[in-house]
Amino acid sequence: METPVAVKPKIAFFDFTSCEGCQLTVVDSLADHIELLSVVEIVQFREAMSERGEDYQIAFIEGSCTRPSDEPRLKAIREQADIVVALGACAHLGGINSIRNRQPLQDVRAYVYGEEAELFETYPARPISAVIDVDVSIPGCPINPREFVQTVKMLLQGRQPEPPDYPLCIECKSLENVCVYLRGKTCLGPITRAGCDAICPAYGDGCEGCRGIISNPNYEAMKAVLDWHGLDMAEVEAKTTMFLTYQTMNMDEKKENGHGH
Amino acid sequence: MATNVSVDVHHVTRVEGHGNIVVDVVDGQLERCEFAIVETPRFFEAMLRGRPYQEASHITSRICGICAVGHATTSLRATENALGISPSQQTVLLRKLNFFGEILDSHVLHVYMLVAPDFLGVGSVIPLARTAPEVVLRALRMKKLAGDLCKAVCGRHTHPVAMTVGGFTHFPTEAELRDLRARFVNMRADVDSLVELYQGLTMPDFERDTEFIALSKADEYAFIDGTIASTDGGLWPIEDYKSVTNETIVPHSSAKHTSNAGQSYMVGALARFNINHDRLHPRAKKAAEALKLKPKRTNPFFNTVAQVVEICHAVEESIILIDKLLERGITPEEPIEPTSLSGEGVGACEVPRGILFHRYEIEDGIITGADCVIPTGQNLANIENDMRAFVPTLLDQTEEEITLSLEMLVRAYDPCISCSTHLVDVNFK
Ligand code: SF4
Ligand code: SF4
Ligand code: SF4
Repeated sequence: METPVAVKPKIAFFDFTSCEGCQLTVVDSLADHIELLSVVEIVQFREAMSERGEDYQIAFIEGSCTRPSDEPRLKAIREQADIVVALGACAHLGGINSIRNRQPLQDVRAYVYGEEAELFETYPARPISAVIDVDVSIPGCPINPREFVQTVKMLLQGRQPEPPDYPLCIECKSLENVCVYLRGKTCLGPITRAGCDAICPAYGDGCEGCRGIISNPNYEAMKAVLDWHGLDMAEVEAKTTMFLTYQTMNMDEKKENGHGH
Repeated sequence: MATNVSVDVHHVTRVEGHGNIVVDVVDGQLERCEFAIVETPRFFEAMLRGRPYQEASHITSRICGICAVGHATTSLRATENALGISPSQQTVLLRKLNFFGEILDSHVLHVYMLVAPDFLGVGSVIPLARTAPEVVLRALRMKKLAGDLCKAVCGRHTHPVAMTVGGFTHFPTEAELRDLRARFVNMRADVDSLVELYQGLTMPDFERDTEFIALSKADEYAFIDGTIASTDGGLWPIEDYKSVTNETIVPHSSAKHTSNAGQSYMVGALARFNINHDRLHPRAKKAAEALKLKPKRTNPFFNTVAQVVEICHAVEESIILIDKLLERGITPEEPIEPTSLSGEGVGACEVPRGILFHRYEIEDGIITGADCVIPTGQNLANIENDMRAFVPTLLDQTEEEITLSLEMLVRAYDPCISCSTHLVDVNFK
């Protein structure tokens, strides 16, 4: 049975500081799940269409907030949308953009733009939850297509999506990957949120924690893994500076949340 | 007829973000013409400083989700050149194959989803799916194959996992390669249909001679490594890229503008074609002939046509590469170790939108300096010069026609995916 047009939820996509890789993943996911296009109405999606509607119920936001002038734009989206979804690590965690938060801002600007540095407005990169309330987060850099589709379906059914909150190792072991520690590499799997099909270990690389740390990380277990392989916590800490600088520098008292109320 | 035209477009184009177009025509005279990047600067170069060299390709692939493999490959080549690593033959073959996945993915998106709707008289790919579903299905089929190719080689196109300094951390199986090969062979019919589609489209009539710059190699149509070549003559080793790009910071853009010998130049598919056309696969040469693409073509709208020709080339070369890999068999090699942990190196690749440079300084395994010069930054000055020459020829057209023509010009450069939607608002005074 066709859903009457009038009740199709209107959804919109927005991007802030990002690589647009998550929106591209959305395009590919929609191509694989054309059926979704018949139950929602996309009113804004710069990546794929030229129309722009300002009337929407669900807003998907990609990218980090990296300058003061991003804040009013974010607040306006929050004002309009019933549900705000953080799309990917940039929006969810600050992600790759927050690496630069470790260096004094003036140095960063001057290194790239020299004497012209003052021309460009910027401040430390932050997740959108540092500026507005976020109802749902789809983690990952980029997002996982299956998880995106699941999240949309749950939202349409009025349910609250809950990304997995157990360690990646569980997923990784069930997929029978060879543990990358046995290949002499470090991996954040023991403390990182599962749900990406452990794609990095599956392709021979250690997890870099792009999906964020689970709510009750077992650092003792992590330490035990490291001890076992003759490594120490410093290796893990270095790895958490890739996507998790905003969290590990404790720039946000709220800690990493934003994946539900 | 419009004598006063004011175009001011905010947050529409993306060049590692967003850009504005500003055009002012007063009493028939062009007063202002800017293509400006207003995106918050990303600061990737500064972010790389202090990081271990192994992370550079994972960090820089996040510059652009569309060119993720291109940035990763360029980054790895820069690091390898800095640390004295020569990748194995298998690595070279796998990287080339993977690279074609990205060229296909990006070009298909551009020629089908973003450019074709203009010519077919529809606003975007969504109505096109209704009026010409077979065209959209063809595009999706090709995109899927491109994505599956990258998935088999490096885990995912955005962002590659298995690509690492000195080699790969994962290898496609021979069964996967055979399956991909069969799909590429089937794809030939779709490529023919694409060429036919573009044979039926008439590119706007606009010529402006400019300099074209691309990587070049003696024995192949270069995508990874090579020498910098110009249609004005001149060859430079990639280490001398700065003498070609001459970056300047223009106040209205957070992307740096570039110019060679004080003039603007064009990079991308048309530049590659103009310089390397004789090294295209024979089928791609045929496609170029059918599409009336002859060197040296100075109509920037033909950049899209050159992309169609490169799609044909990429499909044929992928089949050849897979055959070579199957013939020699896949060995799960360990990545090659650096011979030194300190050094300086430049990497250069022809990513979908043109020549890309990364340059790193590494000390004791830690990156101490970095520079990335992106293709769209190099094209900005040339786009402005094109607009300056193009706008006066449009003034006898209607409001919609001028808007569409300017949109199409910028779109032809394929500055980045989102530039192509809702580009300009023209206001007539
Ligand atoms: S989370 Fe990763 S893939 Fe998504 S926009 Fe940010 S950098 Fe790109
Ligand atoms: S440590 Fe990493 S590779 Fe090892 S089991 Fe856990 S997730 Fe997998
Ligand atoms: S394995 Fe880790 S770094 Fe890789 S996608 Fe999953 S969470 Fe992200």
